[in-house]
Amino acid sequence: MTPAMFNNDTTMTAAEIKEELLKKYPPKVARKRAKQIMINEALENETPEITANVRTIPGIITMRGCTYAGCKGVIMGPTRDIVNITHGPIGCGFYSWLTRRNQTDAYAPDAANYMTYCFSTDMQDKDIIFGGEKKLEAAIQEAYDLFHPKGICVFATCPVGLIGDDIHAVAAKMKAKFGDCNVFAFSCEGYKGVSQSAGHHIANNQVFKHLVGLDDQGKPGKYRINLLGEYNIGGDGFEIDRILNKCGVTNIATFSGNSTYDQFASSHTADLNAVMCHRSINYVADMLETKYGIPWVKVNFIGANAAAKSLRKIASYFGDQELIDRVEEVIAEEMPAVRAVAEEVRPRTEGKTAMLFVGGSRAHHYQELFKELGMKTISAGYEFAHRDDYEGRQVIPELKVDADSRNIEELEVSPDERLFRPRKSQEELRALESSGLKFKDYDGLIPDMERGAVVIDDLNQYEAEKLVELLKPDIFCAGIKEKFSIQKLGVPMKQLHSYDSGGPYAGFRGAINFYREIDRLVNSRVWGYLKAPWQENPELSATYVWE
Amino acid sequence: MLLRHTPDNLVERGALTINPAKTCQPIGAMYAALGVHGCLPHSHGSQGCCAYHRSTLTRHYKEPISAGTSSFTEGASVFGGQANLLQAIDNIFTVYEPEVIAVHTTCLSETIGDDLPQILDKADKDGKIPKGKHVIYANTPSYVGSHVTGFSNMVKGMARVAVSTGHKNGKVNIIPGWVEPADMEEIKRLAAMVGVDIIMFPDTSGVLNGPLSGEYKMFPEGGVTIKQLREAGDSIGTLALGEWCSADGARFLDTTLKVPCRVLDMPFGLRATDRFVDALRIVAGRSVPEEVAHERGQLVDMISDMHQYFYHKKVALAGDPDQLIAMTEFLTSIDMWPTHIVSGTPGKAFEARIRELTAGLPYAVNVKCDQTADMFLLHQWIKNDPVDLLMGNTYLKHIARDEDIPLVRWGFPILDRVGHQYFPTVGYKGGLRLLEKILSALLDRKDRDDQEHAFELVL
Repeated sequence: MTPAMFNNDTTMTAAEIKEELLKKYPPKVARKRAKQIMINEALENETPEITANVRTIPGIITMRGCTYAGCKGVIMGPTRDIVNITHGPIGCGFYSWLTRRNQTDAYAPDAANYMTYCFSTDMQDKDIIFGGEKKLEAAIQEAYDLFHPKGICVFATCPVGLIGDDIHAVAAKMKAKFGDCNVFAFSCEGYKGVSQSAGHHIANNQVFKHLVGLDDQGKPGKYRINLLGEYNIGGDGFEIDRILNKCGVTNIATFSGNSTYDQFASSHTADLNAVMCHRSINYVADMLETKYGIPWVKVNFIGANAAAKSLRKIASYFGDQELIDRVEEVIAEEMPAVRAVAEEVRPRTEGKTAMLFVGGSRAHHYQELFKELGMKTISAGYEFAHRDDYEGRQVIPELKVDADSRNIEELEVSPDERLFRPRKSQEELRALESSGLKFKDYDGLIPDMERGAVVIDDLNQYEAEKLVELLKPDIFCAGIKEKFSIQKLGVPMKQLHSYDSGGPYAGFRGAINFYREIDRLVNSRVWGYLKAPWQENPELSATYVWE
Repeated sequence: MLLRHTPDNLVERGALTINPAKTCQPIGAMYAALGVHGCLPHSHGSQGCCAYHRSTLTRHYKEPISAGTSSFTEGASVFGGQANLLQAIDNIFTVYEPEVIAVHTTCLSETIGDDLPQILDKADKDGKIPKGKHVIYANTPSYVGSHVTGFSNMVKGMARVAVSTGHKNGKVNIIPGWVEPADMEEIKRLAAMVGVDIIMFPDTSGVLNGPLSGEYKMFPEGGVTIKQLREAGDSIGTLALGEWCSADGARFLDTTLKVPCRVLDMPFGLRATDRFVDALRIVAGRSVPEEVAHERGQLVDMISDMHQYFYHKKVALAGDPDQLIAMTEFLTSIDMWPTHIVSGTPGKAFEARIRELTAGLPYAVNVKCDQTADMFLLHQWIKNDPVDLLMGNTYLKHIARDEDIPLVRWGFPILDRVGHQYFPTVGYKGGLRLLEKILSALLDRKDRDDQEHAFELVL
């Protein structure tokens, strides 16, 4: 382990850094955190594996959110034509109102788009005491009467689970009553699970149960895919759609950026699933394969090289020379502009260091972009990932189901009698695999990080501050809650959940945007103004004599 | 159209709130707690609440907002949150070393019935609260009131720290209510000008408008100290600015420690500032210096100079009761016409007060302040009776764009503009700024809309 790993003049080893991070904790906390901090590929690790997806320690200022946030905010939020009603006191609905920068394009002026609206039952104390089902029923009715949407979704907040409102029964009753509006609910109370991840799971399960497979009329097209785990933050989904269109690939459904009710309903007609965010949705890909026969591959459209690689992966799956050639043409067309900006920016970014603590998946994907800028990621980790996101899918069978995961429903899926259709024969799949195309495969973050890098699960504010002080990265990436405490330390901070401002950062044009944004951040003159002249040179060596 | 589904025709709703003009109690408690020196707010519930509150406050102030959470999972929800809170208090004092922890509840911990005083008492007996350190608290169930109520409850939590020695200290307590750090600074400046020695709580100035210096301080210099809060029990009186935000804390000091209080409107605009300055003078027995009258005169001067541009202009407002009351008075006092007003924060007195303030107008104001008083309703009112100006938080920007109405951002939260941290809107100086913002919005609009032959350089 060489200290040079971290540069920026630090002489500390990764083991010393880990020790420093843990020093201040009470012993029990330190023991727990030690298992969540891993020195990549190093023997200093006390456990051979990283501990992830475990409870947050009370009182330790965490970056995590809750199950409701993962369910309503992340997964269902970017779907424009479903009326999402938060059943609970007003706060949860309010805070998840347009705060994730999901963009949507509702095409026609009269097309349904409810994303600018926040719907809540705004429960009062009498609803908590006497139960909120009647109010929920009335609220669904009022939403239906006002808007006549295709779908209404209901989200449970903490007190709803405690008082035992049967939101699923209310939803089923209203669905039957309306006939032309699909109503279903999510038991996504904030206290379930240990992070947003549980909410993704709950949301995906319900979409799979209540929506996928309802409409057999998918979009026409020769090469038809679904894009899973892409949320169209800052317009990422628009850029990926542009590239796919240009290649002649049809995107049936994005789960769930710029998405619609009909996209989900017809997603089972696609011939391939391309998974972006492994964490939030890998199990949906598995279920779509088992039930409908659609294989899946892991892709990554963050980074120009990664996007090119993913396009080639999709083309090789379909195997048509026409598509393979077209993809190469598109890459050849797009890359010169990307390279030009990279070359322009690189002298100013080369050799700089980054830290990424964000996602499920983003802390992995964005390392590609930093690599393209000649920047090194010296420490990274996820906010709500599981061990497979760090170590790869081979660990899934050995993951222990603890009490906090047990209450998240696992769907039993079997081939659909009517709709199951293998997209490729076993022979074809084997041939593709032997040519190097890996299905259902994800190696995780760890193999892509440098030896000796510090991988930290569920990083908290105290550790973030310590890491920045010790290793002085040139840029730190996390979420809004972390932004200003990092910047106070004089280090630029880029949000990678919702990007602060700007985007898209996916695809080729996104790469250009990102190069420029990182150049702006790490080279901003403002970081040179932290000290006033009299603070830099406090000693008075001489005094002016005023004339 | 961003709000393409909002119809003109008004339909009575009883259950569905759409685009709320309020949020929940704990965020108010968190904001108030940040106005105590060396205080780490702590959210007793599941961690999503804390994440949401920190995110919203961070976006509004563009400053780090630190707060702990009890991180309930299902187990704590079933067996109670005592173990989580005890562990949290221990961890917080060990790792972050605050002077004070300000615990507030959430709808989760309230529904399961966690008893904060009992748990905090146990924490104390178990030695989890180090000597010289403090824990204050507030009950803030999200299904009662709004963020304003939460603010008020935490202010009351601060008032509980006060003790009476029997000797008056000659100071005046000021509870400024939910205003910006810059406003709190301005209130302190005004009081200093009048020569009144004050204890202000909460005080977020210096905490939430801090500098960038290469140093991160989890606990900046600002905020009311526990020592000052103790002394508040010996003050000669309390001025509570805003019935909704501040009165409970002030009345608590009045009834328990015999510190007499006066509840005033928040000092937005001319007349409310007049009453505030006058009350300061009287309670402390001081005379108001010429500088204050000078500032006042400047505001009166601008009102008279620019009267033609705001005379009888119609305004729609959304926000919190204390701010809306003072703003409605300011607007009517300069001959503008507040036309539609919503506040999601309940309180019967609000509507009555607005009616009283607008009684002299030649029309009846649309005013509502219950659960269905949301921005969807406000938008529908505007569709039926258009206005010249919108005033309220960032969430009004969709209406502003759809209906092509200028928007003055004011209130909470402001997620898409800056300045509110640094420039006050209370007091006479704040009145000048408010008026400047209103005029700029109206005149920018005029410059955009005037036909070429009528486009004028001098306005």
